Amino acid sequence: MDALALEAKGAKTESAPAPAASKPRPKPPKKPKRIVYFEVEIVDAKTKDKLLLLDKVEPTATILDIKSMFHKSNQRWYPARQSLSLDPKAKSLKDEDVLQQLPVGTTATFYFKDLGAQIAWGTVFLLECAGPLFIYLMFYFRLPFIYAPKYDFTTSKHWVVHIACICHSFHYAKRILETLFVHRFSNTTMPLRNIFKNCSYYWCSAAWMAYYINHPLYTPPYYGEQQVKTALAIFLFCQLGNFSIHLALRDLKPAGCKMKKIPYPTKNPFTWIFAVVSCPNYTYELGSWLGFTVMTQCVPVAFFTIVAFIQMTIWAKGKHRSYLKEFRDYPSLRSPILPFIL
Amino acid sequence: MSAPAMGTSKMAHSDSSHRKKKGPGALATAYLVIYNVVMTAGWLVIAVGLVRAYLARGSYHGLYYSIEKPLKFFQTGALLEILHCAVGIVPSSVVLTGFQVMSRVFLTWAVTHSVREVQSEDSVLLFVVAWTITEIIRYSFYTFSLLNHLPYLIKWARYTFFIVLYPMGVTGELLTIYSALPYVQKTGLYSITLPNKYNFSFDYHTFLIITMISYIPLFPQLYFHMIRQRKKVLGHVEEYSKVE
Repeated sequence: MDALALEAKGAKTESAPAPAASKPRPKPPKKPKRIVYFEVEIVDAKTKDKLLLLDKVEPTATILDIKSMFHKSNQRWYPARQSLSLDPKAKSLKDEDVLQQLPVGTTATFYFKDLGAQIAWGTVFLLECAGPLFIYLMFYFRLPFIYAPKYDFTTSKHWVVHIACICHSFHYAKRILETLFVHRFSNTTMPLRNIFKNCSYYWCSAAWMAYYINHPLYTPPYYGEQQVKTALAIFLFCQLGNFSIHLALRDLKPAGCKMKKIPYPTKNPFTWIFAVVSCPNYTYELGSWLGFTVMTQCVPVAFFTIVAFIQMTIWAKGKHRSYLKEFRDYPSLRSPILPFIL
Repeated sequence: MSAPAMGTSKMAHSDSSHRKKKGPGALATAYLVIYNVVMTAGWLVIAVGLVRAYLARGSYHGLYYSIEKPLKFFQTGALLEILHCAVGIVPSSVVLTGFQVMSRVFLTWAVTHSVREVQSEDSVLLFVVAWTITEIIRYSFYTFSLLNHLPYLIKWARYTFFIVLYPMGVTGELLTIYSALPYVQKTGLYSITLPNKYNFSFDYHTFLIITMISYIPLFPQLYFHMIRQRKKVLGHVEEYSKVE
């Protein structure tokens, strides 16, 4: 029946007078909506072996729920270790994805990949930062077997060496405290094998820098006190800026909230850089290391700063790209890490 | 709502991947052909130089001096390969290419050129011969591939000769570095000592030892990678010949 015919029919029924004697008919009881349950099959992405068949899965179930069900039948693979996708070569599905919203029929096949042993991001951060903190102090106190025996437990005659130790220790102590009390990690875990790569990079770099800064034959900066004081001011300014940005980013999303927002400058002047940069935490971090490089006038520190800059630029560009993708109204003036440059 | 969006993204993805699979442009291809022809010719010059010097002397000792200049020139010319990968006209890994090219350039300049005493060593000839044969095959393989006329013989040689040439080259390289060690230690070549205003020291002797040690994990990885490549490229062709 077309729309016009329906309208005419409706008009007829409205104009007809209702019979006075007719009793109001009782409404029939509402039929409970029939839930269409899903049948979920989990298949190994490599071997194509069937690992599990879940026959009555609610349509509102999330990927995390399915992972938990899979974990019950296979204790070895806890949810964080699992990667489920709709195709062996496709991207992993997010934990919050809902079954009925996925492009699958009532029989869904998920391809499972073992991500390997996982470790919490917080733990990784703590290990990454605790290592350099202690390693640097080992060189600072000149423990035996590092330098010649006559230098064991001696201290440097250059005051810049002591300032450098305070700055380095402060930086990593700050990072540890931020990991414990400030950061909110969007990804809960990372592969355990990555910890060796990450830690060896930070720990070896710290050892390499500390060896030369605390060396008995260390030469203080060329321009002396002026160079050290200027560099120290830059370092402290950037550390404060970095902390301010981390607080601003923390306040942007409440605990447990997954919704992303565009970060904007706040009343804190250190956050005003948000007007021109997408990742000012990296900008300030770079500034800190530049300050430390100038302060110590040490090639290994400069090398570490360059490598850190390259790595942070890659991260910042990725973050900037995801902001542009996610928010249509994202400020066009912003650059990933260096204002108007990069 | 989500299904059409997924479809479009899939389309875009497949489109971009299709675009990626396309080879370099006409200009880039022309340049690469010229580059590979020049490099093939260069390494042929080195090969001819080696043969002529051997026939003239009647001995293989000290043949390095007869091909020193072209070897340095064409081995340094390989640095452009890293640039090709970085620019994207060659679809190889920048890191892997960089590592392989830099190790050879390092051996040419920082070891053989810098430590004159090792130039008369037989180990130098060992890696020079291995490099020469490898590079003639490799560059001619690239040239013919770019022209879409790859003779099976060159393809087969590319994925077979390395089985002998690769270990031979590595042995020569390691022996050359090893024979350079005493001279480097004695002269303090390329070493920087503290104190200095840059607060940095570098011991070239230790660096060479670390370089030698690094061959232990790296050589098998590259070697077996090549063997896997050989199976992939030549495997099915050999199966057909068996059937016939």
